[in-house]
Amino acid sequence: MTKRLVIIGAGMASGRMIEQLVETDADAYDITLFNAEPRGNYNRIMLSPVLSGEKTYEEIVTHDDAFYAEHKVTCRFGEKVLRIDREMKVVEAENGHVPYDKLVFATGSNPFMIPLPGHDLEGVIAYRDLEDTERMMALGDAHRVVVIGGGLLGLEAAAGMAARGVDVTVVHIMGHLMERQLDEAAGYLLKKSLQAKDITVLTSANSKEILGENGHVRALRLDDGTELPCDLLVMAVGIRPSVALGQDSGLAVGRGIHVDDQMITSDANVLAVGECVEHDGAVFGLVAPLYDQAKVAAQTLLGQSAAFKQKTLSTKLKVTGCDLFSAGDFADGEGREDIVFRDPSRGVYKRLVIENDRLIGAVMYGDTADSNWFFGLIQSGDDISEMRETLIFGPAYQGEGAADPLSAVAALPPEAEICGCNGICKSTITTAIEGGATDLGAVKAQTKASASCGTCTGLVEQLLQVTLGDDFQMPSAQPICGCCDLTHEDVRRLIKSQELKSQEAVWQELGWKTRNGCHVCRPAVNFYLLADWPLEYQDDPQSRFVNERKHANIQKDGTFSVVPRMWGGITNPTELRAIADAAEKYDVPTVKVTGGQRIDLLGVKGEDLPFIWADLNKAGLVSGHAYSKGLRTVKTCVGTDHCRFGTQDSTGLGIKLEEVLWGSWTPHKVKLAVSGCPRNCAEATCKDVGIVCVDSGYQVGVAGAAGMDVKETERLADVPTEQEAIDLTVAFIQLYRENAKYLDRPYKWVAKVGLEWVKERVVADLEERARLIAAFELSQSIYRKDPWAEHAATKAESYQPLADLNLEAAE
Amino acid sequence: MNWIDIGHINDIPLRGARKLKTALGCVAVFRTDADEVFAATDSCPHKGGPLSEGIVHGQSVTCPLHNWVFDLNTGQAQGEDGSITTFPVRVENGRILIDGAQLAGRSAA
Repeated sequence: MTKRLVIIGAGMASGRMIEQLVETDADAYDITLFNAEPRGNYNRIMLSPVLSGEKTYEEIVTHDDAFYAEHKVTCRFGEKVLRIDREMKVVEAENGHVPYDKLVFATGSNPFMIPLPGHDLEGVIAYRDLEDTERMMALGDAHRVVVIGGGLLGLEAAAGMAARGVDVTVVHIMGHLMERQLDEAAGYLLKKSLQAKDITVLTSANSKEILGENGHVRALRLDDGTELPCDLLVMAVGIRPSVALGQDSGLAVGRGIHVDDQMITSDANVLAVGECVEHDGAVFGLVAPLYDQAKVAAQTLLGQSAAFKQKTLSTKLKVTGCDLFSAGDFADGEGREDIVFRDPSRGVYKRLVIENDRLIGAVMYGDTADSNWFFGLIQSGDDISEMRETLIFGPAYQGEGAADPLSAVAALPPEAEICGCNGICKSTITTAIEGGATDLGAVKAQTKASASCGTCTGLVEQLLQVTLGDDFQMPSAQPICGCCDLTHEDVRRLIKSQELKSQEAVWQELGWKTRNGCHVCRPAVNFYLLADWPLEYQDDPQSRFVNERKHANIQKDGTFSVVPRMWGGITNPTELRAIADAAEKYDVPTVKVTGGQRIDLLGVKGEDLPFIWADLNKAGLVSGHAYSKGLRTVKTCVGTDHCRFGTQDSTGLGIKLEEVLWGSWTPHKVKLAVSGCPRNCAEATCKDVGIVCVDSGYQVGVAGAAGMDVKETERLADVPTEQEAIDLTVAFIQLYRENAKYLDRPYKWVAKVGLEWVKERVVADLEERARLIAAFELSQSIYRKDPWAEHAATKAESYQPLADLNLEAAE
Repeated sequence: MNWIDIGHINDIPLRGARKLKTALGCVAVFRTDADEVFAATDSCPHKGGPLSEGIVHGQSVTCPLHNWVFDLNTGQAQGEDGSITTFPVRVENGRILIDGAQLAGRSAA
């Protein structure tokens, strides 16, 4: 007699199990399928394409009525199972009892709803089934939605709705998105590309309360008081195995329904598959293990021997055009090594985690082409020590028979330009390599290729590899220069940890190969020392580039430019008169208004510098530091003083910031701006720190750029008071001073450490913020002064020639 | 040889340089960290950058305009086809002496 099988739940696991059963032995069971949803099996993970409009519901149905009819599956959809009598082996449902020989639980999971005040308001939904999806699909570009949860489901909901023109804000409690699948760097890139799709992403954001109006959701309030208005609130914070029925039936239940390797529960006649099960302590949410379980369950039901094994999970995801991949274990840990590859221009990030010469984890963002290969290595546990050096470049770089990895570079014609800054073509470089320049430093020294901006460094290295073959080892980290073997980061760390407080200590303790460095490393070391030991170390002008030594910008003809500071871009007739007088007195050939809202006197002779400064000082003008790796200008608009749109005193704030920050040395130049309203006339959103005033306070953005790269600032925080805006700015700049590599602008540094890392220290950790501000003030007690006045008074002689032999000859 | 006293060694900062005006144009006088003194043309053969404004390291100087590096012993540019003329200098009792004949000789040439 055909045995009776009852399945509760028509999800993806049960659908696959039915398929396996009927394909193997169509007559083994007489199947009855219950489903609480009024429909059969569909591909739940394809709800996102339905939401975004790429697919229709009909296209994602996996098993239609014809399938059930063909395989004589009795469908009882939309009918609830009330209880199970395991002794009698009967399922009691709303429309009658069904006896069984074997019973399968496939009850899936329930979305977890955070019990926030207001969670039962109309308009607060989960993202789980077709009904939820249809609710979201009904929205359009006049609507606002808040999604709580920055995991895969939440982001798919957000992206799907954003594609429909809905104004979407994602609120995520953790520091970065998809923290279980991605590390911080990949999470950051994901956030960036979502923001580029006009999705607002708030991380480290704690939901406090859902606000309603007439029983319908109105807004979400965060614990910092921010209110996010919305017409619909989607909670996508996770799922919980649906175990109520199993529990009521007396099955062994933990987080999920306990099953053994054969998918059998504590009752030998009852199996369970899918998201409702707990196997060996684990519960499951991704589809691959569910399918494995379905297969094992089907085999068990057919009396075959099979065992479910948990495997390393890989996630290859696509969230609206963002390529993501993660697999294995990628947490930091003792004995684990990272190989990281970043290509900021393509938005690519790859990280491999290696333990005991085996690949144990991988995270990839932006380019996941090789993910299957890496995944295979994780699963096989093969020893990768042989290919460690080139592992991150993927399979194309490994072994015999593989395509020439460097063929693109090899195929470039000899006249192809490699270094755009210095106009160096391929043949010049290969000739140098063949002539004995066998490392990057030598190629740089001989050809100047990659000696300026450095963006072609990778290409030059590839040329070295193409030309030299195995004789060239791709360097993992570049030392500062030929004088040492250490990277900038190493040197900074060692100066702090070994308390090195003089140049000599650095040369000695860190094994410098030259007497006192060179023009590359010595300015960097000088900065690191003065930034870390402001009282103990004295700035060394001889370790500075001429501009910073002479407090003026050298021009191509050897003359200098002089730019007096105009605080916040504000000046007056007295200052202008002094500038005009000085320009005439010292025969200044060019007087130019700069982009930083001040006046540049170009073509001043070196000998005249102390005198022109003394004249300008008399009118109250001081150095504008237009030459320094330090604070340049704070550009402002006129704000509430004159503008009918201004919301705050942007000029006043700009002046205050300039007064706090001026004179400080930083790893590279720092430019600020304050705009009085979002019209942003001061162009604050492309500055190192840019503040935009709004009615409710100040939006502090950081890490913008408008030079070699153009980049919009990222929001550090919104603060209500001017003092907080100043505090955040100072703390940010001090953190930058303490940690960045010399000659990295803030945007480059932030891209390396991650905005979240910066936020933790500058915004969230008030103690650390206070420490940073105090450290900055301590340093400023030395450096907040006018170098022009000092040099004019005490060093004027050094600006003159040592001797003039013409005069002596004439005498 | 015609040694001319051009100043005291302390008039030049350690790892620094000063410029000397001559009939032929400027000459840069360098002082290393070890109190060695060198003199050479103050003009980089590349684009005329003032070498007396460069960073002095070891027995070399780096041009402030485009980072050509010169060996102060020989005047040879590192990795470049170019050099600067060097002039004999010596230090006696703290005074820097430069060979005027050499400077004049260059003028004759």
